[in-house]
Amino acid sequence: MNDLYLGLTLAAPELILAIGIMFVLIFGAVRGDEGAGAVSLLCGALLMAAAAVAAFGPDGEAFSGSFTVDTMARFAKTVMALAGLVVIILAQGHFDRMKSMRFEFPILVLLAILGMYMMVSAGDLIALYIGLELQSLSLYVLASIARNDEKSSEAGLKYFVLGALSSGLLLYGISLIYGFTGAMNFEAIRASIDVSSHNIGLTFGLVFLISGLAFKVSAAPFHMWTPDVYEGAPTPVVAFFAGAPKMAAMILLVRVLETAFGGITQQWQQVLLALAVLSFIVGGLGGLKQTNIKRLLAYSSIINMGYVLLALAVSSALGVSAILVFFLIYVVDTLGLFAAQLALQKDQKSIENISDVSGLAKSDMPMAIVITVLVLSMLGMPPMGGFWGKFMVFGAALSGSAWLWPYAAAGLVASVVAGFYYLRILKLIWFDAPQVQFDSSPSEARLVAIILAIIAFPVMMVALSLIYPVAERAGALFGNAL
Amino acid sequence: MNTLMTVEIPHILTITTFLPMVGALAIILIKTLVRADDSDLIYGNIRWIALWTSLATLALSIIMLMGFDPKDPGFQMVENYKWFGPLSYKMGVDGISILFVVLTTFLMPICILASWESIKTRIAEYMVAFLILETLVIGVFTALDLFLFYIFFEGGLVPMFLIIGIWGGKDRVYAAYKFFLYTLLGSVLMLAAMLYMVNVTGTADIEALMKHEFAISVQPLLWLAFFASFAVKMPMWPVHTWLPDAHVQAPTAGSVMLAGILLKLGGYGFLRFNLPMFPHASEMFAPLVMILSVIAIVHASLVAYRQTDIKKLIAYSSVAHMGFVTMGIFAGNEAGVQGAVFQMISHGIISGALFLCVGVVYDRWHTREISFYGGLTKPMPHFAFVFLLFTMANVGLPGTSGFIGEITTLLGAYEWNTWIALFAATGVILSAMYALNLYRNVMFGEVSNKALFYHNDLSWREKIIFTPLVIGTILLGVYPNFVFYFTTISVSPLVETYRNLIGG
Repeated sequence: MNDLYLGLTLAAPELILAIGIMFVLIFGAVRGDEGAGAVSLLCGALLMAAAAVAAFGPDGEAFSGSFTVDTMARFAKTVMALAGLVVIILAQGHFDRMKSMRFEFPILVLLAILGMYMMVSAGDLIALYIGLELQSLSLYVLASIARNDEKSSEAGLKYFVLGALSSGLLLYGISLIYGFTGAMNFEAIRASIDVSSHNIGLTFGLVFLISGLAFKVSAAPFHMWTPDVYEGAPTPVVAFFAGAPKMAAMILLVRVLETAFGGITQQWQQVLLALAVLSFIVGGLGGLKQTNIKRLLAYSSIINMGYVLLALAVSSALGVSAILVFFLIYVVDTLGLFAAQLALQKDQKSIENISDVSGLAKSDMPMAIVITVLVLSMLGMPPMGGFWGKFMVFGAALSGSAWLWPYAAAGLVASVVAGFYYLRILKLIWFDAPQVQFDSSPSEARLVAIILAIIAFPVMMVALSLIYPVAERAGALFGNAL
Repeated sequence: MNTLMTVEIPHILTITTFLPMVGALAIILIKTLVRADDSDLIYGNIRWIALWTSLATLALSIIMLMGFDPKDPGFQMVENYKWFGPLSYKMGVDGISILFVVLTTFLMPICILASWESIKTRIAEYMVAFLILETLVIGVFTALDLFLFYIFFEGGLVPMFLIIGIWGGKDRVYAAYKFFLYTLLGSVLMLAAMLYMVNVTGTADIEALMKHEFAISVQPLLWLAFFASFAVKMPMWPVHTWLPDAHVQAPTAGSVMLAGILLKLGGYGFLRFNLPMFPHASEMFAPLVMILSVIAIVHASLVAYRQTDIKKLIAYSSVAHMGFVTMGIFAGNEAGVQGAVFQMISHGIISGALFLCVGVVYDRWHTREISFYGGLTKPMPHFAFVFLLFTMANVGLPGTSGFIGEITTLLGAYEWNTWIALFAATGVILSAMYALNLYRNVMFGEVSNKALFYHNDLSWREKIIFTPLVIGTILLGVYPNFVFYFTTISVSPLVETYRNLIGG
């Protein structure tokens, strides 16, 4: 009885979401799409509650070790809930304007976030898979939520087919791992691995597991879906895709690799580094020729995931805390950029082409500054938030053994290459003449973009003195500390 | 008390650094609050706000200079607060950096005055970019935390990118990209080295790191990483190619900023990081730097001689003069380092003034082709005097500050190696060749072009701009102790520790 009580306390954010979702779903089903606004409001409230409970809740393990709550999980849950909140605000405005708001949208976002909560707290392979699938299935539907739009349907289908394939890989990996260790629980797997001998079957399982998750974080060479899905799916959905789910998958990767396979780091470090370097190349070079904003951001996300994989490959406490800080800032930047994209409307639609922002400094100065700050933050230009993310990631990479340094150098060079396409946006905004007549921009997207830009700079500079110790504490549980 | 004045303003470094930023925010506020159709009101006020802000910053920096104790070898007016992780917000000045702060604040009002009429579009953005740039540059010189330094150092790229790209000439976009990506590539390597240093020592405090002895085995790598960044900024041959492009395309005040101040960031970096933190690597690589410096001096001078564009010519002459600076620094002796600091200050004034001279003729005839001009002494006698003075200073005529800088760095180089000094000394002759040639073609002879009569001699505004520069050039040339008074106390221990560590 006591165990159950403890478990329920630990899983309070998940319970709030799960029970809340059911009530809201019934409410939505009764009211129909006219009730979508109220549903959004309720979902927003649920997310805030979940964020608060997650941020200040207790740590511990429950349900015989299959559910773990620690600082890392709580940090991630708070960020994800807030990201979800921003997405619901953006989506409500966007779909209202398109006259296609459905009450299912906020509910699906909540379901996806519930899945992510499960992922970041997963303590065994089953919980991992359940969380991942709950998240993925909700995202497939979200990608194709604009049912009448060909591109959106195409995006949803592509994402689903490739996602199903990756889930298959993941499951196969899980079965191999189970077969060769006889355990599902992360701690038990760790205990059953004989560090001295080399187990080829286990390595296979590990590689499949990593491949499946690499798909979810869109690391090269499992990135193929990213540009197409980004381009096709409605912008608020992409804003959601780009941040929280990747954070969840990456945190999951941290946990499974550091906990279950913490004894055999050298077996997965190489895999991660290969993924990281490929992501640097694909993300850096692929973005150079893009003309579509969303595709550009897709490549930018690929390169950013490369940085995260680099930090993870270091397998140290510093690396884990770097990942947390990096993601926090990355989520702020991407959400801000997509909000800015939604805020710039022409012909009743948000802009799609990069060239549409040309001359923005003349036509809309505040948005020009907002986009400049966010782009510079993405580029990692100090003193913007993005710099601190890079600062921590590369700091972690350079604190590792000397053989990691060339990889860090590769990442830094890649960041200069990526700098070229970020600069192109700045060039269009500041140097060129306006070409597009913008409609008056929707106030909610504009406000969100401005707030997020202010968070990226200067708020983050001050906030880091509070966030850094938390990230440090979260990281201390992992890596060499184990 | 050895200070000239006993007024002490608490947090004077923070206030001086961020005052221009406050001015920039005020301009942004005015711009957003006032309706767009009140453009006269906006533009009239914005220039004045920018000018007064920069003058107030200048006043503060002079108070700072008066409060500086030239007998105290350590950092002064230090402010230190913990930030997060190993980082802190630490600021302070020593005898080297304080002069660069004053150089920056001294050139800034001049830059703003120089843009008074020549910049006609987007004045608010222009002034904001300049004021933010001032904050960032002062920050570079006052920061005593590795990453605080990096923030200011790297942050300066963005306003300069915008200044070149928005208000520049025909190929401005290409020049802006080149400037940005070159310097970015250099500085990411420096970032990597900084991260490594913090990991090893657990502190990002520059003062502590200067005392820390890094393992001899890692010193070369760290040295090279910092060198990559500063050499691009400097710029040293062969990574100087961004400079002529950036200079030619930048507006006049942008060139003044670039040549006068931003190029000094490289030299300052060498003095603050490479020499004291990695002495063994510095000694090891000194021959390399010396050879690159001599190549820069000779090569850039010859290239300058063949230029048809006035601005490009002066840009290449900057590369040559910066060669003297790197040579002086890595000679690693007192004369060399003192001379290098002096040369940087002097070059800041002279090259700034020369670019302003180009600005004077460019504002009138909108071309920088040397062949367009000829016989300008007749229509513009006042300008002829000013231009001659700075040309001579650029050549290194005794009595101007250029002479002191060149002769002391050569002295330092001579102590290090006679041959290097010999080859570098040819640079003095070569600089006379291209500079006098330029002056002859533009100013002497018959008036080749009727259009040259269409415009007047220097206006009052231009005379006000040139007066402090003329005074500065001659004053430092006649009485160089104005600089050495401050630098000696910081340079001597720097050189002494360096020589002790390398065992010479």
